[in-house]
Amino acid sequence: MSAAEPPNGPVGPTPGARSRRFPWVLVALVPLAFLAVFFVYPVGSIMGRGLWSHGRLSLGAIGDVVDDSGLRRVAWFTVWQAAASTLLTVAIGLPGACLFARYDFRGARFLHAAIIVPFVLPTVVVGSAFLALLGPGGPLGFLGVENTVWAILLAHVFFNYAVVVRTVGGLWSHLDPRREEAARMLGASRARVFVHVTLPALRPAIAASAAIVFLFTFTSFGVILVLGGPHFATLETEIYRQTALLLDLRTAAALSIVQLVAVVVLLGIGGLARGRHTVSLGLRPATDTAQRPHGPRAWAFVAGNLAVIAGLLGLPLAVLVERSFATPAGPSFGFYRALGDVGTGSTFLVAPAEAIRNSLTYAVAATAIALLIGGIAAVVIVDRERRGGHFARALDGLLALPLGVSAVTVGFGFLIALDSRPLDLRTSWWLVPIAHTLVATPFVIRTMTPVMRSIDPRLREAAAVLGARPQRVWREVDLRIGARAVAVAAGFAFAISLGEFGATAFIVRPERPTLPVVIYRLLSRPGATSFGAAMAASVILMVLTATAVLVIERFHVPGTGER
Amino acid sequence: MRRTVALCVVLLLGCTALVACDSSTDSRTVTLVTHDSFAVSKAELRAFEQAHNVRVKILKSGDAGSTLNQVILTKGKPLGDAMFGVDNTFLARAVNSDVFEPYVPHDLGTVPARFRLDPTNELTPIDYADVCLNYDRASLAAKGVSPPTSLDDLVQPEYKGMLVIENPASSSPGLAFVLATIAKYGDGWRDYWTKLRANGLKVDDGWEQAYYTDFAGGGQGGTFPLVVSYASSPPAGVTKGTPAVAPTGAALDTCFRQVEFAGVLRGAKHPGLARELVDWMLSEPFQAGVADQMYVYPLRDGVKVPPSWALYAPVPGHPFILTPTQIARSRNTWINEWTDTVLR
Repeated sequence: MSAAEPPNGPVGPTPGARSRRFPWVLVALVPLAFLAVFFVYPVGSIMGRGLWSHGRLSLGAIGDVVDDSGLRRVAWFTVWQAAASTLLTVAIGLPGACLFARYDFRGARFLHAAIIVPFVLPTVVVGSAFLALLGPGGPLGFLGVENTVWAILLAHVFFNYAVVVRTVGGLWSHLDPRREEAARMLGASRARVFVHVTLPALRPAIAASAAIVFLFTFTSFGVILVLGGPHFATLETEIYRQTALLLDLRTAAALSIVQLVAVVVLLGIGGLARGRHTVSLGLRPATDTAQRPHGPRAWAFVAGNLAVIAGLLGLPLAVLVERSFATPAGPSFGFYRALGDVGTGSTFLVAPAEAIRNSLTYAVAATAIALLIGGIAAVVIVDRERRGGHFARALDGLLALPLGVSAVTVGFGFLIALDSRPLDLRTSWWLVPIAHTLVATPFVIRTMTPVMRSIDPRLREAAAVLGARPQRVWREVDLRIGARAVAVAAGFAFAISLGEFGATAFIVRPERPTLPVVIYRLLSRPGATSFGAAMAASVILMVLTATAVLVIERFHVPGTGER
Repeated sequence: MRRTVALCVVLLLGCTALVACDSSTDSRTVTLVTHDSFAVSKAELRAFEQAHNVRVKILKSGDAGSTLNQVILTKGKPLGDAMFGVDNTFLARAVNSDVFEPYVPHDLGTVPARFRLDPTNELTPIDYADVCLNYDRASLAAKGVSPPTSLDDLVQPEYKGMLVIENPASSSPGLAFVLATIAKYGDGWRDYWTKLRANGLKVDDGWEQAYYTDFAGGGQGGTFPLVVSYASSPPAGVTKGTPAVAPTGAALDTCFRQVEFAGVLRGAKHPGLARELVDWMLSEPFQAGVADQMYVYPLRDGVKVPPSWALYAPVPGHPFILTPTQIARSRNTWINEWTDTVLR
């Protein structure tokens, strides 16, 4: 710890506050109950179905899996590609986080919303864009990375860049730059300041986003199949094969247990790396910390980051946009017009307007539930952490577990677990937003807690001393400073739902096709018009996502100096 | 205060919208469980609903294999009343799992006997499709070779490095093509694949990627002149006029036949209506629509396909066939052996 750190460590509440404190532990039952009903119970049921034979638990399958050298290779590849993807994403994402936190330039806000677009695009669409660039005939074909692990890693960075930039940036934008300036003034080099002042302060957010990226890439499915080619397999693709194709629930359950154990162990290591201490930082409103770039060095930094964004994120997206206009008769809106016709006549597809409406309705529901569940969890976690309990860490880890468990396991688990009243939700509309919520909640928690736990408790104490009641302290201090984090979290949750993350691919969906579903269905048919219409629908999804996130992030609490 | 009110209003509106969306299943709703590719014209669906005074709910849950496995997992408490989309590669698994009720529709007699593959009558044949090698005429001509006509041709040096296929572990046309080679070469099928692999072969995960990204005839800049697709794919490549031949063609002696079935789910809430659904899928109007709606051929005798199909998508005369029992017995073994031969 550098000398510039303010006093830190667990800080207890003032004795007077304790008696009036809200019973947060009871409130923690809400997220726990949600997790128990919609995750533990279904996943437990499907794994139990595989491992329960002749009236007793038989764990022989796990031994078989561990003994299988092919599956051991799969497990090892799963771990290392996820670790490599995470390192790469953090390495490329940190400068991006700094860019948006520290610099104010024309279009920054739009760009900050736009970088989330890759995150929502269907893998098969992104895959086709990547292959168009990296394939034998593509402009980047000379790199020779098609069907290599590099294509997988690149795509993982493409998808997860926003996770690091937005999670870390959310905290970074509130860090008081005067701490760094003070260290510079005292003669520390830029690098030294970064390593000893900035990095320790950012550590919780970096750890939180790295954990999410790791989980996402650990359970990566489409990217592996589409870009890696058939030679690569991960635990996730194996579990999918065993469950959805072979219906070998025994092997699938054993693989799921291996996957779960790996996730828990690796998350535990990550938790240790995050450090035990809760660092309270003098957080500042984001408008105070961002400034126009001054001098060539700052401009070079901004330009370098923009180049990364343009090359890594912009290029594949540009391919999609270009294709959506490239009709056989030359550039035109022909595919968009064709998309308008798809809803007429057949039950196969719905008109784009209806698909957009369906997507938005699901997304509103999922965001509301995720903010409720995740918000409660975040408040409880931060509160318990201050008292130094293990409960906080356990809750945080538990709610992140759905990211580390195969989507097909969750989806098939819903089918066999939620089959009787009052929980017969198998064919219910609600199952879709619930599945989205499982994925979105860890994002909400991890976006909110780093900011909330860094709030200087003295602010609260000051408010309390000045006579504010606990609710008012919470509203005026925690909520105000956390507002940007809430907005970023809501943006993520909304985007996750719009993007139809894996979990929903394996649940039964009533006749309300969303935009990604329309894209998948169009791509499953032959003909240039189908393909072009799918590209047009992808572009609409891109625009919709960027707009939605931009709008959500404009919601802010007045007086906090939010951007 | 104003913020709190605004928040409440937003939440309230959200809840109202959601409740309105949660369509409850009343007693006059019949549910059809099916895969993602199912399609029917809205007019046709409405005609059925009006004729039977019922609402039809269509539940889609993934590809054909995944949908059937979900039906098997929910045995005893089915998700719906009838299911469409069991194909002949899954037929035996479906019948052995005891999830369908026997039912003989009135019009079963209109289906040629060779398609009635289920002696227990639990599953009714509805449509068929042929998975064939497709070729892009222009790029073959540019290379100065003629289109391949048989599976033997593919291992010849002039077609070196031209073929892109789908992984049979994840793709149903991919599996069908492997089954074609097994039907043709018997025990020697792995030798054939060893040669095919040596001749250069690209394996993709799914049809979308193989056809659009890699196949030269997919229109998206692909470079491979040969792909595994359907006999019915070429008409979609004709964008205007009626040329003598489509830009792509299907090699009719390389095909494997897929037949799709429907059945009444055991434990259905509305077994009577479920039977009506099966009857309806064999009816003339429904059958007349399957080509346009699902890119498959109708099974009912005398039902016509669209004119462009007659021109550009002739039905293969002698497709390769394996019995459902043969496929069920060895399916997983074959996929594993194929993986060992081609990918390892």
